[in-house]
Amino acid sequence: MGKRVLLIEDEPNIIEAISFILSRDGWAVATHSNGHDAVDVVEEAKPDLLILDVMLPGKSGFEILRHLRENYGPQDLPVMMLTARGQLKDREMAEKAGVNRFMTKPFSNAEMLEAVRELVAS
Amino acid sequence: MARDTLTGSRIRERRAMAGMRQSELAREVGISASYLNLIEHNRRRIGGKLLVDIAQVLGVEPSILSEGAEAAMIATLREAAAGAGRAQPELDRIDEFAGRFPGWAELAVENHRRIASLERVAATLTDRLTHDPHLATSMHEVLTMVTAIRSTASILAETQEIEPEWEKRFQRNLNEDSRRLAESTQQLVSYLDGAGDVGASLTSPMEEVEAMLATHRYHFPQLEEGDAAIGFDFEGFVAEQPQLTSQGARDLAVTTLRQLGADARAMPREQVATVLRECGMEFTEIMRRFRVPMATVFRRLAILSDTLLPQSLGLVMCDGSGMLMLRKPVEGFPVPRFSAACPKWPLFQALNRPLRPIRQQVTVTGRDARPFECYAVTEAIGVAAFNEDPLYHSYMLVVPLERAAPDAREVGSSCRVCPSMDCEGRREPSILVQGL
Repeated sequence: MGKRVLLIEDEPNIIEAISFILSRDGWAVATHSNGHDAVDVVEEAKPDLLILDVMLPGKSGFEILRHLRENYGPQDLPVMMLTARGQLKDREMAEKAGVNRFMTKPFSNAEMLEAVRELVAS
Repeated sequence: MARDTLTGSRIRERRAMAGMRQSELAREVGISASYLNLIEHNRRRIGGKLLVDIAQVLGVEPSILSEGAEAAMIATLREAAAGAGRAQPELDRIDEFAGRFPGWAELAVENHRRIASLERVAATLTDRLTHDPHLATSMHEVLTMVTAIRSTASILAETQEIEPEWEKRFQRNLNEDSRRLAESTQQLVSYLDGAGDVGASLTSPMEEVEAMLATHRYHFPQLEEGDAAIGFDFEGFVAEQPQLTSQGARDLAVTTLRQLGADARAMPREQVATVLRECGMEFTEIMRRFRVPMATVFRRLAILSDTLLPQSLGLVMCDGSGMLMLRKPVEGFPVPRFSAACPKWPLFQALNRPLRPIRQQVTVTGRDARPFECYAVTEAIGVAAFNEDPLYHSYMLVVPLERAAPDAREVGSSCRVCPSMDCEGRREPSILVQGL
């Protein structure tokens, strides 16, 4: 069984594509598609890496990350944020919330894989 | 403004037309010729009995000498002085200024009007730039589609061995996403094409419906003829409306028109006219006569006001989240297009106490502050179900007033264009005070 990645994203076709890429690379991928209960899902799944979209129904990725950092501690869970909002203020907000990697859409599959490997290895 | 539009110049003109000498007219009204000379050269203010006497001697109505553009110019100069900030113009010499330097006065008036016009444009554009959810959502959607397509296309192109069912699924996803991308970009392009026209671009199904309603002046004779609305071809009607360009707008228009049709059946126009003659705007009595909820009375009166009442009434409706869902505008009560509205509106207070109507006088802040009487009520929508919290719609009927009561509440349009700096409800700075 490979390392566990939890992907929280609300666009079904992006979920399918990322799940496929990561699964092929040996990761065990779990997915979730809304922000309402995302924190509970993370706490239950205990992933080795969290990939988190920013704009989610119910609760934003920033809010979820802030909540997780308050409970997990800043270093425990590597988090990669995906967003179509690449502005400086969004990056700053993500860094302030405790993100490990900020990836702007659209990204390539190779970039995504490389980032995931790096985050878990470190 | 031409010099001859001023009172003194008019007196001089009329005296010349009557063939009278300056000394002759002065003697007739009991003043010195030199004083009349000052008046005729707009260097002395004139009004009251002296103006009436001069008008009588010249055989004209006093208003012909005193009213018109001069009064409008002085009123505008006073308005400009009121918003002058640190500058302190000599208000007590405003007539002398207009009289002695009409060209400069006209320039000041023109500049004042131009500033007001530019402020309105700036407010609209800033409102759009900072709050335009349509633009932000469209861009996000486009980037999301592009991400899905890029990732899926890479999988299909680069994966050496892919199971047939996965291959088929990704091809289907690719087809689906590319179609959605095409729709999103088309909408975005048509939106940006209209961005140069501050007033005309339609950005959402709701705005398309509002444009359609405004084109018909909210009046649809087909829905007013007894039970005609029952057999009315709503879908066919909306399909012919040029303002409704998207399916979402057409669906929303059908829902809105069905509601207006049902209101017309519940409160037929002629009966409403009779009741208004008998009891005026007594909403409780109108409800009792027609056996309808107050929201129906608000909707119906707003729609019929343009033809049945001496003045047009405005109507605003929102859902439980405060999102404005229907706007029938009334002059002087601006309703924001993109940003959230003023939280002090009775519309939102009514949301806190469903089924308890609110009646409140308000004054809208800003350059053209105007008084209104607002009637608001919140009612549940849908069918009641056990152990389920209802959803609410709140309605506010906006009635223009001649003058405000001393205790009228000051309300705005939205924070970005509201000059009330010490408002406890302020969410963000105002561009009118703090600049862009």
